[in-house]
Order: sequence, then C-alpha cells, then structure tokens
Amino acid sequence: MNVLESLYGTPLGKKAAARLGLAEPPVLRRGRELPRGEIVLATLPGGGVAAEALALLGLSPIDPLLDLPERRTTDDRGRPQPPRYERRPGAVVIDATGVREIAQLEGLRQVLRPAMKGLEASGRVILLATDAADVSDVEAKAVAQAFDGINRTVSKELRGGSTANLVFVRAGTPASDLCSTLSFLLEGRSAFVAGQTWRVGPAKAGDAAGAEYDPARPFTGRIVVVTGAARGIGAEIARTFARDGAAVVAVDVPAAGDALAGVANAVRGSALQLDITVPDAAERIAAHVATVHGPQAKIWAVIHNAGITRDKLLANLDEGRWASVLEVNLAAEMRMNPTLLDPDLPGGLGEQARIVGIASTSGWAGNKGQTNYAASKAGVMGLTWAESAELPDRPVTANAVAPGFIETEMTAAIPFVQREVFRRTNALGQGGRPVDVAETIAYLADPASGGVDGQVVRVCGHNLIGA
Amino acid sequence: MPERSAVVVGGNRIPFAKAGTKYAAASSGDMLTAALDGLVARFGLAGQQVGEVAAGAVLKHTRDFNLTREAVLGSALDPHTPACDLQQACGTGLETVIYVANKIRLGQADTGIAGGVDSASDAPIVVSEGLRRALLRASRSKTLLERLKSFASLHPTDLAPVPPGVVEPRTGLSMGESQALTTAEYGLTREAADELALASHRNLARAWDAGFFDDLVTPYLGVTRDTLLRPDTSAEALAKLKPVFGGENGTMTAGNSTALTDGAAVVLLAEEEWARERHWPVLARVVDAQVAATDYVTGNEGLLIAGARAIPVLLERNGLTLADFDLVEIHEAFASTVLATLAQLEADGHGTVDRARLNVNGSSLAAGHPFAATGGRIVATLAKLLAERGPGSRGLISICAAGGQAVTAILEAV
Ligand SMILES: NC(=O)c1ccc[n+]([C@@H]2O[C@H](COP(=O)([O-])OP(=O)(O)OC[C@H]3O[C@@H](n4cnc5c(N)ncnc54)[C@H](O)[C@@H]3O)[C@@H](O)[C@H]2O)c1
Repeated sequence: MNVLESLYGTPLGKKAAARLGLAEPPVLRRGRELPRGEIVLATLPGGGVAAEALALLGLSPIDPLLDLPERRTTDDRGRPQPPRYERRPGAVVIDATGVREIAQLEGLRQVLRPAMKGLEASGRVILLATDAADVSDVEAKAVAQAFDGINRTVSKELRGGSTANLVFVRAGTPASDLCSTLSFLLEGRSAFVAGQTWRVGPAKAGDAAGAEYDPARPFTGRIVVVTGAARGIGAEIARTFARDGAAVVAVDVPAAGDALAGVANAVRGSALQLDITVPDAAERIAAHVATVHGPQAKIWAVIHNAGITRDKLLANLDEGRWASVLEVNLAAEMRMNPTLLDPDLPGGLGEQARIVGIASTSGWAGNKGQTNYAASKAGVMGLTWAESAELPDRPVTANAVAPGFIETEMTAAIPFVQREVFRRTNALGQGGRPVDVAETIAYLADPASGGVDGQVVRVCGHNLIGA
Repeated sequence: MPERSAVVVGGNRIPFAKAGTKYAAASSGDMLTAALDGLVARFGLAGQQVGEVAAGAVLKHTRDFNLTREAVLGSALDPHTPACDLQQACGTGLETVIYVANKIRLGQADTGIAGGVDSASDAPIVVSEGLRRALLRASRSKTLLERLKSFASLHPTDLAPVPPGVVEPRTGLSMGESQALTTAEYGLTREAADELALASHRNLARAWDAGFFDDLVTPYLGVTRDTLLRPDTSAEALAKLKPVFGGENGTMTAGNSTALTDGAAVVLLAEEEWARERHWPVLARVVDAQVAATDYVTGNEGLLIAGARAIPVLLERNGLTLADFDLVEIHEAFASTVLATLAQLEADGHGTVDRARLNVNGSSLAAGHPFAATGGRIVATLAKLLAERGPGSRGLISICAAGGQAVTAILEAV
C-alpha cells in the first residue's frame, strides 16, 4: 500500500473522494439470493417463454406498470412523472421474443421507464429477445440489434448496483432450457455481470439435467477440475463448486502446492501439483481423477483458469514473454481438451460434460502493455467458439467467461491510481470479486445449462471502455 | 483370515531446509501437520479417517509428548483418526513404516500413515544440572528466604542453556567423532567419500529437474526445493573443504557429512486388496524388516554400521542376496557410513552393491537429514522408483541410528 492508498482509506480521504465524485460504491447482492422485491414480468406480443420458465422456477411474477400518458402524475414542480411502484420491485423481466417491428420497441420503453429509478438495490433488468439469425425480414434483424443498444444503455443508467442484461433466445428453445439462465440473472450470483448479451438455445439431445438434479446443489456427485486453483479466482472457483456439491480436483504448479493443498483440503477435494504446459498434462489429470475417484469416474467439468501475465509494451516485448503467455493461457488448454474428451480415457471428461475457459476483457478491448495476454485471451474466445462448433452431436458445451477488473493478487500488483481507475470505470463503479467470476462459471457448467453453448460471458460490471 | 500385505500408496514431505533458516520459526508440530495436509490433499482424504498415524521426532520438546496426535488434530484428517509417537533415533521414520505395515498385515488396520519430523532449529534447550537442582530445591522451600538460598550455590556457568545432547552418552563421542573412528578403521579415503557426496547432489538435482518430486513433495513456507542441495557442486569444490572430524588429516568434511536439517515426511500405507479395491496406487509392498545393533561401546564395532548386521539377517530370511536388489538405499549419515557398511558386507561375504543402483535419486548428503523424517523420504522415493521399474523390482533400505542401531527393510513393486 502506498501513501495515496492509505490516505484514501482514512475517513478524511473518503470524504475528499466523495467530493470528487468517487462515492462509496454500492454493496452488491451476491450468492444464491433472489431479489427481495417482486419480480415484474412484461410479456410483449408474441412472447411467452419467460412466463413458462419463471413458472418452472416456482416464481410468481407481477404485472408491470406501464408509462402511458394517462397514467402519469405530476411532481411538485409540475413535471410529468411515470407511474410509481408501491414497493420497489427486485427485477423486471421483459419477454420481447416476439418483437419484430420498430414500433413495438415502444413497449420496452413503457415497461422500463417506471423501473429505471424504481428498482430496489441490486435490482435486475432482464431482456429476452429473438436473435437476428432466427428472423428473416430486414426490420426484424434491425430490431434484434436495437435490443443491444437498449440493454447497454439501460445498464449504464441504472444505479444502486442494479444490472441489465440481454438474452437472445434461439428459435425452438424450450422454457426448461432457459431456467438456469433466468435463475442466474435474477440471483446475486450474477452480481458483476452487467450490460452483457449472450445466447441460449435448445440443449443438444442427451443434454438434460437428469432426475437427481437439485438446482440448489447442482454439482452433487460430479467431479470438477479447476486449474490454477491455488489462489485468486481459481481458489474461489473451487470453493464455489464445492459449495454447490462438486468433488473438486484442484490443479496448480508444484511450486504452489502448499496453498493448493490448503484449498483442496478446505473444500474436501484433492490436489494435483501439475504444470499444465507439460505435454501429458491431460493424461495426468485423468490419471489423478482415476486414482482418487476410481477408473469408472468421469470428469463433469474442466475449468481452464490457470493463467499468467507478462506485461510489456510491444516495443519492449521479447519472444520469451510472448511465448510463455500464449503457452499457459491458450496452447495448454487447447492441447488438453481433445485428450480429456477421449471417451476411452479413464478419468477423462464424461459423455455429457462442460468445458469453461477464462478469457479477459483485455482480449476483447485490447490493453496497453498486454499484446501477448490479449492475444491469448482473445484466442481463448476463438477456441471456445471453435470447440463448441466441433461437438455438434455430443452433449458437451464449451463456454468462456471474460473477467474485467477482479480484485486478486494479480491485479493488486497494478499501481494504485491505475487500479482505482480500472475499478471505477464500469457501470457498477467497483472491482469485481473472484466469486463473481466463479458464480458465472458455475452457471455455465450447470447441468441445466445445456442450452448455453459457445458463449463468452463478460464479468466486468459493464466496462465502460471497449465494451 | 486371507493373507494380508501392506503396500506403500504414496508419500509426501515438505522440502528439507538447512537448520536455522527457512523453517526456523516452525515447530515440529507445524511441519508434521504440513506434511500430513499435503498427503491428505494429494489423495483427497480431507475429512476422512485413516487407520492410524504413527510418527515421531528425535529432538522433542516436553510439550510434544503427543506430537503426532496433535498434528492429526491440526490436519484436515477426520479427528477420529488415532495416532501414536514412536522414537528410535534416526531409525524412527522407517520404524513407523514397519509398525504401520505390521498392523495392516495383522488386520488391525486397513490404512495408515507413517512418518517423522525433526527440527534442529527448534531443538529443546535444557537447563544445566546445577540449575535444575536449584529449581527443585526452590520449589520445595517454604519461605522466600529459603527459596533465595537455594540459588546461592549457583555458578554463572549453570545459567547457560545446554544444547541438546549430540553425543553418545556411553562413549561421550559425537556422531562425527564416532564415525571418524570407523572411517579410519576401514581406511576409507576422502576421494571415495567426496565421490559419493557428489553423486548424491547430482542424482537429487536430476530427480528434481525431472519432476520426480512433483507428487512426493509439497512446498512449505515458500520453500519449493531442498535447500541443502547444491546442483552445481563439483569434485574440486568438495575437495577444497577442510576436515571437520578425524583431526587434521581426517577425511570427513561438511561436504560429505550431513548438515543439521529441518523437515517432515510421511508415507501412506494400505492393505493391498483394500488399496486395489479403491484403485489407489500400489507402489510397493513392504516385504520384511530387520533391526540390529552393534557393540559400539567397547569400540569393537562402529557406531553407525549396524546395517551390516541387519541386512544379512534380512537376506537370509528372504532367501535373497544383495545382487537380487534393483535398488539400494543406504542413508547417508556420512558418506563414510555408507562406504563402511558396504565394506563390512563385502568383508562378510555378501558381495557388493553396484553404484548404479545405490541412492539413485540422491540421499541425505544432498537432501539433508531431519532425523526422523529421513525414513519417510527414503520409503516414498524408493517405492515410486520401484513402481516405475515395474512389478517384481526389489529395493533394500538401511538406515543407521544413534545407539549403534540400524533399521532395514525390503520393498517390492507389485
Ligand atoms: N484478476 C483479474 O482481474 C483477471 C481479469 C481477467 C482474466 N483473469 C484471468 O483469470 C484467471 C485467474 O486469474 P487470477 O487473478 O486469479 O490470477 P492468479 O495469478 O492469482 O492465479 C493464477 C493461478 O494459476 C496458476 N498457474 C499459472 N501458470 C500455471 C501452469 N502453467 N500450470 C498450472 N497452474 C498455473 C498460478 O500458479 C496461480 O495460482 C487467469 O486466467 C487470468 O488471466 C483475471
């Protein structure tokens, strides 16, 4: 901690910061917590899948207030005000999956206006729409894109830790395949996911959650491998999966074995000291799984979290720093997956399985001094898309998360002022926590998330730069 | 009851560190707990019960009267796991393996953990005999004056702490001094000793570089490798060292004698069928063991070469010769201990041991020698080496100990 940082921590420093507009950021609702207020559901013409999904989740939504001219009131200064909810709702779900015309977008405005200042803290706006790929005429395609602009802007205008996200629901998606996504977005698990868009489709044949599936502990009886689990985000991923019932195999380099054993023992999992860049890394992971859980055991999910940075401006970047980052962050993962997917490998991935990679917003937006890292992390996205396309017939999904600024030892190394800027420049005005990344990964790896495939979900609090 | 056999499933140790350095602030209990936790994590045993944990330390504080049980309670193991302390000087580690293996064979346990720990940094400091008597008198006195009088007879030197006894009580000679007698008696040369020390460093360094210890060692307090290891040492560098035992012309130097070391090592054992049913690795069976002692007090025999007495008994009972072993591990208390033991075995008609089979991944000269932890280090290393060589490969272990004893054992890959 430098002088500036310690000063900033004092009451006086906090006051000064508040004057400068650096107010204390809101405390976000986290964990498997639904909003406290009511869930509002607006089904626009042609919609319906959201109502079905909410019913499957056992939730009873209320009707929205609409900002129609005749419903407005005037405030004490004579200005027209939208109708106000009596009690602040916790979430507004807008099912716009049937919206195809520009004029119909007015329906979103009517629902959103009363909600913008009316939501409880850490409230949610969830937009459901139909993907441009699934509509034929020009207007519908344009409208599909319009949702994206609405979502990103609503996300920036919301206050108090509330978020807005957009889910494109593919044609033919049953409500049951939407449940895990809606539940994730409503609950505190999605705290740091804001302003994002991703797609949910029908799960592949054979990719059902199964009879013994318990949404509160979705990984009961399942083995989850987490690389880079000795500290930071990886350790939190291990804890989150263990909380949700998984038997965790924690992997990290031998030199981190001390901390790794601590993480593994704390979650009653097991530890494998392994550098993932060795050629037989996948075989060694599988052999460990077979040793600890028996040769019949299969891995449910592998979370490729291990990663390094070797930052230098490109003008100063040598081949060593270039290669090591690409090797750890991208090549190792790419090598491991085909081996782990081999159905004949004892201790490998199951017939039905989940693969989750960790990209980064640096891979999306670029970041000064990180050409090597950005290459590797953008590469992870490309890998995710390619792998998901390569497995059309097997109930395996490949997804990735792209964290923004997350408070870990890795980011604690960034100089204070720069770190403070990174923290503040997102819609939630704060850095994310490792658990926010972990929860998103767990959602992607959920047995009920078979309909979420080939997606990269940013966990960045809606970065204002490059997104 | 069907015949039961005990097998080595795996092992774990913390890197060994020169005494008074990286682990100076760690207690024996801390180190043993760390070694246990690494083992527990490797095999996913957190919250599970193990048949019994047996371990020990040579240098022990009185507060460590229940060292192993306390370490179990501090570890991630199920607190219902029973534990006991054993002590047999430097033979402790191997003796705990034998104890646990025997319980497993007798059906008194299906699994067990054996091991040991020693901290030469945190060795118990004893008060002088004069001070001890004064303290006793003071505690019996009834008045303040009497109490003060009890200390009147104290001499200033009585107040100096007494370091732990490193001499043999019956000869008054330190280990090094005792070994120097043996070295002279066998006419062992400086060159031969240095050569053995060099091989130890080279072999251990190669094993580390090859990742051999990735699943046998868990880093501790920021230490990721044995700190006494000198990968770059050379015959020339070793030749430059001054003798420390045996007088000016002695052959024993700091380079070919073990240094005081801190560390802990544990081994996971299980009944063979039990292990197979659970698909645990079956590295090697604990075939047999033998302890022997020499009559070193009279000076007729060396202090540290009881291995030459124990091994023939073991060979005879198992119908084996030295040539039947693929690998041999003789604890390097001093390079000359190994050489003298081999010389005595040869003199007694047991032939010799091919150097290519001796301490192939290094031993105590390079790794260091935290007394009671050495047995666990050797057993885990040898069991893994044998498993890599395949079923039927056989290994012999000999560890010399204070009091003129040696603990020996045979392992065989299955
Ligand atoms: N912290 C952030 O803000 C942030 C943002 C975007 C992406 N990420 C990504 O999230 C992941 C975790 O980041 P973190 O902040 O927790 O980092 P961290 O440095 O705290 O942890 C990374 C872990 O990976 C391990 N690791 C590195 N190389 C390895 C190898 N070859 N084999 C096995 N393990 C290896 C490290 O030992 C370490 O324990 C990384 O992929 C990182 O790029 C982090």
